[in-house]
Amino acid sequence: MATSDVKLLGAWPSPYVNRVQIVLKLKSVDYEYMEQSFPGKSELLLKSNPVYKKIPVLIHGDKPICESLIIVQYIDEVWNKNGPSLLPSDPYDCAMARFWAAYIDDKWFPIMGELRKAQEEEAKATLIKQAAEGLVLLEEAFLKCSKGKDYFGGESIGYLDIALGSFLGWIKAGEIMSGVKLLDETKTPGLVQWAQRFCSNDVVKDVLPEPEKLIEVLKMIQARLKAAATST
Amino acid sequence: MGEVKVFGVRRSPYSCRVEIALKLKGIKYDFIEEDLSNKSPLLLKYNPVHKKIPVLVHNENPIAESLVILEYIEETWKGTPILPEDPYQRAMARFWSKFIDEKCMPALLKAAVKERENKKAIEEAAELLKILENELEGKKFFGGDNIGLVDIVADFIGYWLGLIQHVTGLELLTKEKFPNLCEWSHEFLSSSIVKESFPPSDHLLEYIRSWLSANPSK
Repeated sequence: MATSDVKLLGAWPSPYVNRVQIVLKLKSVDYEYMEQSFPGKSELLLKSNPVYKKIPVLIHGDKPICESLIIVQYIDEVWNKNGPSLLPSDPYDCAMARFWAAYIDDKWFPIMGELRKAQEEEAKATLIKQAAEGLVLLEEAFLKCSKGKDYFGGESIGYLDIALGSFLGWIKAGEIMSGVKLLDETKTPGLVQWAQRFCSNDVVKDVLPEPEKLIEVLKMIQARLKAAATST
Repeated sequence: MGEVKVFGVRRSPYSCRVEIALKLKGIKYDFIEEDLSNKSPLLLKYNPVHKKIPVLVHNENPIAESLVILEYIEETWKGTPILPEDPYQRAMARFWSKFIDEKCMPALLKAAVKERENKKAIEEAAELLKILENELEGKKFFGGDNIGLVDIVADFIGYWLGLIQHVTGLELLTKEKFPNLCEWSHEFLSSSIVKESFPPSDHLLEYIRSWLSANPSK
């Protein structure tokens, strides 16, 4: 039996880890979860992901797979008989899902990282504007990809839902901390409804951490960075 | 089959990736050379998000981002696969392609072109190349016996880097330090399809020389 055949090295606040957890749940794959304590890196992590030394890492048998979206595709391909495919079957729809997932990871979410670091009000305002513009693009993508259904993937959660949805906890945390609404019903109504649907989905709701807990993590990281900066 | 167009720039390794994949699969396409200083309205219409080349347009449907395009080509035209069938091998191919694009390309462009006097940049690039060198151990191509996704994505390393080194005298990718990568480059460039997809070396050398003299190292 493949029960402990699958291990996931992760950290609960990481949206990238959450992606893998959601998919493993969607595909009903039993696995052993190994929480990696921050900031240390275990020997197993360093051995399984020598290139990036990061979580998530999925270990299937003795084979490690790294990078969250690559892991998601791997799980989709291996457990292809468990539930609907996460990627659309039509190659063009599939390309759109991949394109927007890459946009989210390479362009959109990094804006949130910059926002957290930004000190001046002008810089913050510019970044918020960029983030909001990105969400408008994603709203259009949602309308095109969902084709009137509940999710980017159509009737069921798919690759792009997972790619964007995994960040919803952090987006909410950012909104609470900054007092600025990023997911705005007046600007991106489709996405706001999708976000509510996604977060309350049975598979997702026990995986995504609560924004309040993420805020605590963020404060802890900020305190550590401050301490490190003042001690040098 | 449908109409296939590629909006690209022949001297761009990203653009050439798409051409290699299409040629490997025997797909006929129209190539539209873009002027990056004056992008065409069609390009801006087909890639409004990034406004970049390459863009593949198939039956009026545009796809942007070279890695996304390569996966689309693989899924649409099944002949001469560039990805293995085994899910783990596929994951590895995707991992190395991402590694090349996210880590190697910026480091190589910095060391070879943008900050070509910077010793630290060269060292950092060499460390990344070492990882690829090890990955090639015992293999003719990254894809095994045949050219695959990772080989295509590594096209800058296989062709452009050698030519830049020829012009600048940079000794980064050398036979002594990277025998596997140099042997791989030789095998890669022996493919007639790969050669056809690249601009001729004298054109590229001329372009490199004029670009370098117009853009002094930081």
